[in-house]
Amino acid sequence: MNLMQGMSERALEQGIPMRVHLDLTYRCNERCVHCYLDHEDHGEMTTAEILDLLDQLAAAGTFFLSISGGEIFMRQDLFQILEYARDLRFSVQLKTNAVMIRAAKAKRLAQLGLDQVQISLYSHIPETHDAITLLPGSHARTLEGARLLIEHGVKVRFACVLMSHNADDYHGVRALAQTMGAAFSMDATITPMMDGDRSILSLNVNQDRLAEVFRDQSLLGEEAEAMTTAPMAPASKEDAQLSLPCSAGHTACYVSPYGEVFPCVQFPYLTGNIRKQRFVDIWQHSPQLQEVRAIRVSDLEGCSSCIHSSNCTRCPGLAYLEGNMRGPSIQDCEKSYARTGVASYNLQKKKLRTIPMAVL
Amino acid sequence: MTSPMYILRSPNIAARRIGGELMLMASSNASLYSLNDTAALLWDAADGNTPLDVIVGTLCAQFDVSQDVAYTDACEVVEQLAANGILQLSHAPFQTEGSTS
Repeated sequence: MNLMQGMSERALEQGIPMRVHLDLTYRCNERCVHCYLDHEDHGEMTTAEILDLLDQLAAAGTFFLSISGGEIFMRQDLFQILEYARDLRFSVQLKTNAVMIRAAKAKRLAQLGLDQVQISLYSHIPETHDAITLLPGSHARTLEGARLLIEHGVKVRFACVLMSHNADDYHGVRALAQTMGAAFSMDATITPMMDGDRSILSLNVNQDRLAEVFRDQSLLGEEAEAMTTAPMAPASKEDAQLSLPCSAGHTACYVSPYGEVFPCVQFPYLTGNIRKQRFVDIWQHSPQLQEVRAIRVSDLEGCSSCIHSSNCTRCPGLAYLEGNMRGPSIQDCEKSYARTGVASYNLQKKKLRTIPMAVL
Repeated sequence: MTSPMYILRSPNIAARRIGGELMLMASSNASLYSLNDTAALLWDAADGNTPLDVIVGTLCAQFDVSQDVAYTDACEVVEQLAANGILQLSHAPFQTEGSTS
């Protein structure tokens, strides 16, 4: 067991919120077509409230702090918050579009000893990127911000969300990352809007294209065979009874700009608000978090006996957004299918349901 | 007489006690470290202004160890930590926030 695994296990055993994702604002200078946020300020936490929250998180044992938005540079107090977080010795990762980063900001960020700055980049083609962000010139400004950060020694990762607009561009973004000295990651998950509106899911890449991406040998490298081979059998009953669906609510959680605490940024099941309770009280005693923590893979409808159960990437938040946190995430079933060519239990069930009665 | 040694926690290190164990991460290379009890005590005491022999003296009083042996061991530990970028070493006090010199 490596150090990270050992630390994660200790955190799980002792109920430590080791990873926290904190959104400082939902305001943004871009209007990305796939974004699940509303971009309004409904009463963001004040600077004092955020600094107090950071004290509480440090006391609770949080080590990895992901600071995101909205666009974090919309907050005038960003550097005050970051400096405080680093004084408290969090490992800090930022998520930004980098549009507002110029030399002075890059230099200041470099002095903070951040773990990484993750920058959203949707394409190597300016027109495609700008058509997604709806901010003319954003591609050039994002790349300039990234270049300045790298020049100042900050580790940068380009994160490319894949959708119908840019399904062919991930190779280009990856090549660009390589040229500039940045890391690269890609995600094919479009999340429903926070208010439950699922219309943006129509931006998802289609199943055939998804299969091509998920079986792209150049992305998978040495893991290609393991990732694309259909599983032989479901997880054993014993494993399913012990297995947790993911770390959300167990060693990780999400705090919104309004102080709301959720199991994860993709799991909008409200568990408390730090404006009403201390963070540690929510973390330890929230009935909603207890409910999330009680779920085991063996409790999941269909999933426990599914052939993919031993290596499924089911997201409980997406399942919740589909109507049942103990149910399947069909979005993830579709990914398993794209990856292996074998339909999951719940995908087969869903397809049976959608066959017209006349055919049956 | 050797000049005193001062130790300071490096600024680019993240640190947290997870289940009683002090975990550190260096932002430069994302390396994760777990410090043993002795190293963790030295990390906690590394304010940049207290000489290492004074730190060791305080620890000896707590742990019933001879000062000479403890100081030799401590020097070895802080040099290893410095080699990994976790601590900074100097023969003069560091100019830190709150220091009077």
